[in-house]
Amino acid sequence: MNKKSRLQIPRPTARPGEKPDFSYLDLAAAGSVDKPAIDARTRDLEHLSSGLVRVLDDDHNAKGPWNPGFDPAQLQVGLRWMLLNRVFDERMWQIQRQGRISFYMQATGEEAVSIAQAMALRPGDMCFPSYRNQGLFMYRGVTLVDMMCQCLSNTRDMCLGRQLPIMYHSKSGNVFSISGNLGTQYPHAVGWAMASAIKGEDHIAASWVGDGSTAEADFHHALTFAAVYQAPVILNVVNNQWAISTFQGTAGGQRRPFAARGLGLGIPGIRVDGNDLLAIYAVTLWAADRARRGGGPTLIELVTYRGGAHSTSDDPTKYRPKDEWASFPLGDPIERLKQHMIAEGHWSDTKHESLIDELRTEVTAAWKEAQKHGTMTEGPWLDPGTMFEDVYAETPNNLESQRRRMLEIEKGE
Amino acid sequence: MAQMNMIEAIRSAHDIMMDKDPSVVVLGQDVGYFGGVFRCTDGLQRKFGEHRVIDAPIAEGGIIGTAIGMGVNGLRPVAEIQFADYIYPGFDQIVSELARLRYRSSGEFFSPVTIRTPCGGGIRGGQTHSQSPEAIFAHVTGIKTVMPSNPYDAKGLLISAIESDDPIVFFEPKRIYHGPFDGDPEKPAVSWNSHPKGEVPEGYYTVPLGHADIAHPGEELTIITYGTLVHVAIAATKETGVDCEVIDVRTLAPLDVATLVASVKKTGRCLIAHEATRFGGYGAELVATVQKECFYHLEAPISRVAGWDTPYPHAFEWQYFPGLKRMSAGIRKVMEAQ
Repeated sequence: MNKKSRLQIPRPTARPGEKPDFSYLDLAAAGSVDKPAIDARTRDLEHLSSGLVRVLDDDHNAKGPWNPGFDPAQLQVGLRWMLLNRVFDERMWQIQRQGRISFYMQATGEEAVSIAQAMALRPGDMCFPSYRNQGLFMYRGVTLVDMMCQCLSNTRDMCLGRQLPIMYHSKSGNVFSISGNLGTQYPHAVGWAMASAIKGEDHIAASWVGDGSTAEADFHHALTFAAVYQAPVILNVVNNQWAISTFQGTAGGQRRPFAARGLGLGIPGIRVDGNDLLAIYAVTLWAADRARRGGGPTLIELVTYRGGAHSTSDDPTKYRPKDEWASFPLGDPIERLKQHMIAEGHWSDTKHESLIDELRTEVTAAWKEAQKHGTMTEGPWLDPGTMFEDVYAETPNNLESQRRRMLEIEKGE
Repeated sequence: MAQMNMIEAIRSAHDIMMDKDPSVVVLGQDVGYFGGVFRCTDGLQRKFGEHRVIDAPIAEGGIIGTAIGMGVNGLRPVAEIQFADYIYPGFDQIVSELARLRYRSSGEFFSPVTIRTPCGGGIRGGQTHSQSPEAIFAHVTGIKTVMPSNPYDAKGLLISAIESDDPIVFFEPKRIYHGPFDGDPEKPAVSWNSHPKGEVPEGYYTVPLGHADIAHPGEELTIITYGTLVHVAIAATKETGVDCEVIDVRTLAPLDVATLVASVKKTGRCLIAHEATRFGGYGAELVATVQKECFYHLEAPISRVAGWDTPYPHAFEWQYFPGLKRMSAGIRKVMEAQ
C-alpha cells in the first residue's frame, strides 16, 4: 500500500508503434463453459459472467453444450448476412470518401453480433439498436436501397432528410430508431418489454450498447428497472475494446467483465465470444427463452474488436496500433465461420469468393438504384417544407407560419 | 357538479382515463400503494392493479426512459416526477428521445407519454421543492408544455394530455393544490370549495390543449400569466382598482397567440408575470410575441414581474416570490407609464 492516496489512470496495453497486447483478455477454450437450464436460479449462473462461451475452436470445429447444431443451410444464412454487412460497409465507406454521403459508420469485425442475434430472436421481438447494428436492419428486411437512400437524405429517405446517415429505423421490421445520444435506447427496451408483459404477450425486447456507453446513467437505469420488474429483455454490451480513442478500461472494464455488471442486481450475465456466430446465437436463444418464460432479463457481453475506425470522422492510427486487429485472439467472425464451413466439407474458397462477388454486384445495383432518388448534388430533391412535419402529431400554427415564411424566403419573396 | 380540489381533480382524470382506456398506465415514485406524496394517484393501484399503477425506483431518467419504451409498445404512460426540481436526471430522455422520436423516424415511431410534475413555490420548500422550470421545457420543440391554474382546468387538460399522441410535460402548481392563493402569505389559506373553478364534473370532459383562458375580463391592462400567479393577478386587480384582464396561458407551448394579442390590442398595456426567474424566462418569449403583434397598440412598455434571478431562497421566500405586493407594484408601474 502507498502512504498517500493516488489515482489509477487507465491506459491501454498498446498505443501506436507498440506491439499489440491482448493478454488482459480472459479467454476460455471452446466448449469449456457449461450450459445451464433456462430456469436455473440466478445465483447458480454467476460463473457465466466471468467465463467465455465459445463454440468454434481454433481448429474450426463446433464444440460443447452451446453448439446450436446448425445445418449447412443455417450456416450459409449466417455467413451470407455477415458478408453482406461487410460488403455494404466497405462500399458505403468508399462512397463517403468520395464525398457522396456526409458520414458513415462500419461494423467491421462485429458483424456476428447483429446477424447471430437477429437469427436467434423472433420477428415479433423488438430491437433497440445502437449505431453499429446495421446488420439487424438488413436481416429484418430493410432493403439496401432504402438504407442507402437514408444515407443520401434523398427523396426516398425513410427519415425525410432529418437524420445523419446510418440513423435508420424500421417499424415493420421491429427495429427502433437509432439515436446519436448513447445508451438512451436501453431503458426504452426495458419499458417496451415491461409493456409486453403487462399486455400478456410473449414478445421480448433486446438492446445493444458499446462498452463505452455502459458508463451512461441510462445503462444503470435500465438494469435497475429490468431487475426490479424482471422484464423480458436481453441487454447486450458489445465490448469491441474501443470507444473512439479510449479503451474498455476507461469505461470501467478492467477489474470485472461488463457481463458482471448486473450481478449485484441479480441479473445473470453471460460473457460470450462476440466473433463466434454459433456461440452468440446459442446464448441469445437461451436468454430469449428464459425471458419468454418469465425468467427476466439477461445481460450479455459480446467480446469483439472494432476492426475499423469509429466513424468516417475518426482516425484510429492516432491512438492504437495499426495492426492491432490482426493480433486479436478471437479473430474475424466471417473468417472463422467460413473456415468452420470449409472444415465441415460444404464450403470452399471458390464458393466464398463467388458469394462475395454476388453480394458486391447486389450492392452496386442497389447504389445505382438509390441514386435515382437523388444524391447530394443532383435531384430529385426533398421538399424542404416537410421539415415542419412530424414535430407533433398535427402541425401547430406557429410551425405552419414558419413553413410559409421559409418557403417565401426560398422563393426570394 | 362535484366540488374538488386540484388533487382530487387530477386523481379523477387518471381514474376516468384508466377506466376508459386499458392502455393507460401510471408510474412514478410512491404513486402506487401509497398513492403519491401529494395523493394524486391515491386508490388507483387498489382499483387498477399493480401492473397498471407502478411504484418506480428513484431514478427519474429511468422512469421517463422506460415510459418511452412502454409508449412505443402501445401503452399510454402517465409518469409522475415527484417534484419538478427532480426532473433534470430525465432531461436527456425528454429532449433527445421523447421530443424527437416522431420527427426522427418520420412519424413511424412515437410515444404518447404524459409527464406530470408538481412545480412552483409558496410552500416553504426551499430551492429543491419550489422551482418553476417550465421555460426550459417550453423551449423544447416536439413536446407540449401545460400548466393549469385550477381544478376544472387541471382535470380537463390532463385528460386531453393523456389522450394526446404528443408527449406532454404537465406542470402542477403545488401551492394551489388545496386552494387558490392570492399571493399574500399573511392571510389564512382558503379552499377550492367556494371557487367556481372548484366545481368539477365527475365524468369525462376535456379542456383542449393550446387554448388560453380569460381568467378575469378587463379593459385597462392585460396581465399574461399562468399557474399560481393567475390568482395573484386577480387579487392585485382588486387591490389596485385597475381594470385588468388576466389571461391564463394554460398551454405554454404551443402558445395561443391570438387570445393574448386580442386582449393587448384592446387594453394597450401588458404585464407579464411568472414565478420563474426573469432572465431568459418564458416571459421573454411572451414579451417578444406581444411587441411584434401589438407594437402600434401599446401605450406603455411591456413589463415583467418574475422571480429574482437567484436560486429559490428558503428564508426569504416572500421577498422572492412574486406575490400580491410585487404584482400590484407591477400593475401600478405599467399604468403610470405614458
